[in-house]
Amino acid sequence: MSTTRRITVTALAVAAGMTALAACGSGGSGGKDPKTVTLVSHDSFNVSKSVLAEFTEQTGYKVDVLKGGDAGKAVNQAILSKGNPQGDVFFGIDNTLLSRGLKEGIFTPYQAKGLERVPDELQLDKAEHRVTPVDYGDTCVNYDRAYFAAHKIAPPETFDDLLKPEYKGLLVTENSATSSPGLAFQLGTIAAYGESGWQEYWKKLKANGVEVVDGWEQAYNERFSGSAAGKGKGDKPLVVSYASSPPVEVLGKKPEPEEAPTGVATGTCFRQIEFAGLLKGAKNEKGGKALLDFLLSKQFQEDVPLQMFVNPARKDAKVPELFTKYGEKIDKPQTVAPETITKNREQWIKQWSSLVLK
Amino acid sequence: MAEHADPADEALLRLDGVTVRFRTGQPPALDAVGLSVAAQEIVCVLGPSGSGKSTLLRVVAGLQAADAGRVFLEGRDQSGVPTHRRGVGLMFQDHQLFPQRDVGGNVAFGLRMRGASRAEQERTVAELLDLVGLPGAQRRAVAALSGGEQQRVALARALAPRPRLLMLDEPLGQLDRGLRERLVVELRRVFGELGTTVLAVTHDQGEAFALADRVVVMQEGRIAQSGTPLEVWQRPATEFVARFLGFDNVVEATVRGGAADTPWGKAPVPDGTPDGPCRLLVRPAGVGITAAADGLPCTVAARTFRGTHVALLLQPDTGPQVEAACALRDAPQDGESVGVTFAAEDVVVLNR
Amino acid sequence: MVLARSEVTGRQGRARRARGTATRLALMALPLAFFALFFAYPVAAIVGRGLKDGGRWQLGRAGEVLSDPDVLHVLWFTVWQAAASTGLTLLIALPGAYVFARFEFPGKKLLRSVVAVPFVLPTVVVGSAFLALVGRGGVLDDLWGVRLDTSVWAILLAHVFFNYAVVVRTVSGLWGQLDPRQEEAARVLGASRWGAWRRVTLPALGPAVAAAALMVFLFTFTSFGVVQILGGPTFSTLEVEIYRQTADFLDLPTAAVLTLLQFAAVLALLALHAWTVRRREAALTLVDPAQTVRRPRGAGQWALLWGTLVVIVLLLVVPLAVLIERSFAGPDGYGFTFYRALQSAASMDSTFAVAPLNALWNSLAYGAAATLIALVVGGLAAAALTKRGGRLVRGFDALLMLPLGVSAVTVGFGFLITLDEPPLDLRSSWWLVPLAQALVGVPFVVRTMLPVLRAVDERLREAAAVLGASPWRVWREVDLPLVRRALLVAAGFAFAVSLGEFGATVFIARPDNPTLPVAVARLLGRAGELNYGQAMALSTILMVVCAGALLALERIRTDQSGEF
Repeated sequence: MSTTRRITVTALAVAAGMTALAACGSGGSGGKDPKTVTLVSHDSFNVSKSVLAEFTEQTGYKVDVLKGGDAGKAVNQAILSKGNPQGDVFFGIDNTLLSRGLKEGIFTPYQAKGLERVPDELQLDKAEHRVTPVDYGDTCVNYDRAYFAAHKIAPPETFDDLLKPEYKGLLVTENSATSSPGLAFQLGTIAAYGESGWQEYWKKLKANGVEVVDGWEQAYNERFSGSAAGKGKGDKPLVVSYASSPPVEVLGKKPEPEEAPTGVATGTCFRQIEFAGLLKGAKNEKGGKALLDFLLSKQFQEDVPLQMFVNPARKDAKVPELFTKYGEKIDKPQTVAPETITKNREQWIKQWSSLVLK
Repeated sequence: MAEHADPADEALLRLDGVTVRFRTGQPPALDAVGLSVAAQEIVCVLGPSGSGKSTLLRVVAGLQAADAGRVFLEGRDQSGVPTHRRGVGLMFQDHQLFPQRDVGGNVAFGLRMRGASRAEQERTVAELLDLVGLPGAQRRAVAALSGGEQQRVALARALAPRPRLLMLDEPLGQLDRGLRERLVVELRRVFGELGTTVLAVTHDQGEAFALADRVVVMQEGRIAQSGTPLEVWQRPATEFVARFLGFDNVVEATVRGGAADTPWGKAPVPDGTPDGPCRLLVRPAGVGITAAADGLPCTVAARTFRGTHVALLLQPDTGPQVEAACALRDAPQDGESVGVTFAAEDVVVLNR
Repeated sequence: MVLARSEVTGRQGRARRARGTATRLALMALPLAFFALFFAYPVAAIVGRGLKDGGRWQLGRAGEVLSDPDVLHVLWFTVWQAAASTGLTLLIALPGAYVFARFEFPGKKLLRSVVAVPFVLPTVVVGSAFLALVGRGGVLDDLWGVRLDTSVWAILLAHVFFNYAVVVRTVSGLWGQLDPRQEEAARVLGASRWGAWRRVTLPALGPAVAAAALMVFLFTFTSFGVVQILGGPTFSTLEVEIYRQTADFLDLPTAAVLTLLQFAAVLALLALHAWTVRRREAALTLVDPAQTVRRPRGAGQWALLWGTLVVIVLLLVVPLAVLIERSFAGPDGYGFTFYRALQSAASMDSTFAVAPLNALWNSLAYGAAATLIALVVGGLAAAALTKRGGRLVRGFDALLMLPLGVSAVTVGFGFLITLDEPPLDLRSSWWLVPLAQALVGVPFVVRTMLPVLRAVDERLREAAAVLGASPWRVWREVDLPLVRRALLVAAGFAFAVSLGEFGATVFIARPDNPTLPVAVARLLGRAGELNYGQAMALSTILMVVCAGALLALERIRTDQSGEF
């Protein structure tokens, strides 16, 4: 960085008489100790202690984790600190954000061990290996089984179904501008109806009484009648949530029920794939590579479902019974090419906002 | 002008050409003031409000920087010495007792600042409260004190650290008359007992004359006259001083051969008065009442009973009214025709 | 000769005044450095990066953004709702301030603490609680079929809920110390009760009311969580827009223009505030508040007291009660299910499933550090600003308020790109969180202490100086005892702000050191009754901690003032 800036910073620091504080601060920052590898991620990142301990045992590296808000913010922070990253590895850039990160050039290519066991359709940067797919998850419309049983209606299955009169006024979704599942749902409709048809679909969906709230918490916890958190006070039996939401509803329930109280409309799913990559300018590149290998290891991959409620990228990773028993397998999710998303993202959100919110 | 019998060098306090200007373009609040106060002397600065007397105290205390001139305490130049190192005491006009401390805490404040031991503090506080007539009041809240009691506490607080110079700003201004007269006597007693050097300012001449060894009259930032109370009272130096003291018999006159031509006719002047035009004061005490034929013929325009004497306002046929003071039993009635004479010892030739 | 000497001492007089300025500058040095380093520099850097594309200033962008009708709509709504919220808060809270200042009644201390609790709760929690009250299926809906969610009324009421304490605590502190005899004097002079209040008390309260109103306006002008949760997607403030453009779209040029726009608005506001304060501020006679407090007398005063209590219960207590109720309403009826789940969070064998006790200690440790920084920086600034001065001083005064008007995301992203090199590589330091929180705490400290410090009679300080007290001793012996109360209130605010701060903390807090609000938000971000219930339980704990801290503060306060 420029000398002037360094001088400015130094002068100000001395003037503040905060050298002690600064020393304390720089002492505490990660990445200096060659035995530590720093992982930068978003708020949803989670891993079992025992699994992390195994990594340290195998490689001798301690893992320091920094989280920077939700996925979008974490990626944007990584882009802002390009060249002088906060850590060595970034985890959690998904296909809706991927090409922005790749375009900014924040990653160093590395082909992680075990990549051959990851299905091709998840490897979106197969040519250069700047990022490694780690997990995937689907955003789908969830339905409240009790409601549809009581009203003797079949729950919807596809995007088209949602336009039917029997589902009028039943769906609550999230604001694309502020919520990641909201945007995913919109992208699903764009994938299904094409760049020319999605706006027409939304006009009809709006006519069929779709309600939009700002965040997933509000939609799912407050409005959705099928979530336990809503205490049955929610009045919307359809909500845009995750394919993993039904198993999570069962989590911790005793005795275990026969089936989850909610189900998934399997034809409304949009797939998000999460990637990890070695950050350019990483202080501990060797440790970073070892960590990337570890993210694709069987231990970590099998830890993923219960920690982050997503599916492991490796084909041979075992998924816990909770997910096989209460979850549904999504065979044909919708996808949009990352470059297309990056190119149109803002415009799509703007169009969606004026179409649906105004 | 402000010369005193003692050489200036021996003065405890000496002001040398002190000038304070609050705003450029306006007349200064203090205009090249020179003043000395000898050790153990009680000096009272007397003047109307706005004459700069409070500013004078603030400059000595170091609360107000002088634009020019110097302040010496015991011969040492005080420029650059901050207030808290000057070792002077100042009693504020409205006392400014610390509201969150009790009486004892207020009086002990200065001692604490000087690092006095707790025992010494307690002893001194008790002594001073005895001295000011509030024995055993240490634990009382200051808000619960009467005006007079607050004044005594403020005095005790100012005295406690034994300041080399004690300054009083309108010390008795807000008290009722009876209390004021008693306290003046008490103050003189206390200062005498402790040998305190005092510089007080007041707008009340009675207070100044009762308290002071020496009175300094100020006018618009300058010293108009300095002298013992008697000197100032008997020989006001200027028309301003005369009028400020309440003397209104001031007329234009021309001295020629031991007597003055005035609008009231001829009046005697003290021996050695040079010839020429001047302003002339006749003190009311020097106005004699006689039969109408024996002096300047006048009519009694008003008479005011003043307790020890009667003040008369007399209207001569020509010239301005004449003020006179006479004993009760000699006092003529309203509208009566009388004659007026002037006593040479009460005629004062004023400086221009 | 005389002239020459005058010349010399004239210079000395000037030197003395220069020393006064030097003292002031010395006092200001630390606050100035603090603000330069942790506010001005990061914010300037992120705005600069937005406006400077490829090394050239992109000022044309400003015109583009400012002529966008969407932006204009956002701006209009931001101003409108802030003004309405401020007016409504003052209307509802000023009688409350009077009640707290002048009346003695059982449970007063507890109530004082209770009203301050909402202020420190994270918006995400309060939003949920408020929805449960005025939203669909909420208490009002059940009773009368009234729904206020996604209407502007929900936003306004929530703003009153948050800011009630700001007005009550800022104004009643001074009100309790105003001498009631002044009002009595006006009454004797023929003023009606209302006239006496308007002519005597209101002008004296002016600075405090103006300060409180300014704070409320700033908070609501920059409102983020409340507008987002209660307003639905249709209402958006400038702050929300800045957040979206920065964090979600990384559209730094647009964010920079909006930040500058908000900056300009805040500056205009501060200028207005400075002007009103200068016009109204006067040396006041302050008395011990214990002297002015008494039991209510007469029907009117009792009605006022009860009216205030009813408002507090309806507006502040009920939403909090809903929160508590939800934390106990487990799957099998009322119980401690969620609280037990909090303790066993670690059993999930998750690296970042931090036991609630840890989040609590983190919050307290950050809060203590942030309060300390805010008190030192804010105290020095207030001391420097006590003596009124020229334009420079007023500018500094306004500068201290600016962090309240700048989005947390701007500061957070600014930190990211500026504090990234030795000797100030603080990006992953523990201290970054309290520093960011103190940035918001300092204005509270200054705003609370300055009116009281300025109200202290200057001659009281002079009296102490004449008695031999050095400037430092004068501050300790005269100012400190008189402002102790304000200082404690300020400390309480700084601590509370730090406990509840979310916007900046969520960016910069390390995941193994989450604060309570961050932990709550994480739980709310997951599906399932268990997570939701735990979020409510954790919020309840946060609430109890805040109330406890505030109650303790009330006690310390009376103990210490009883000493004199």
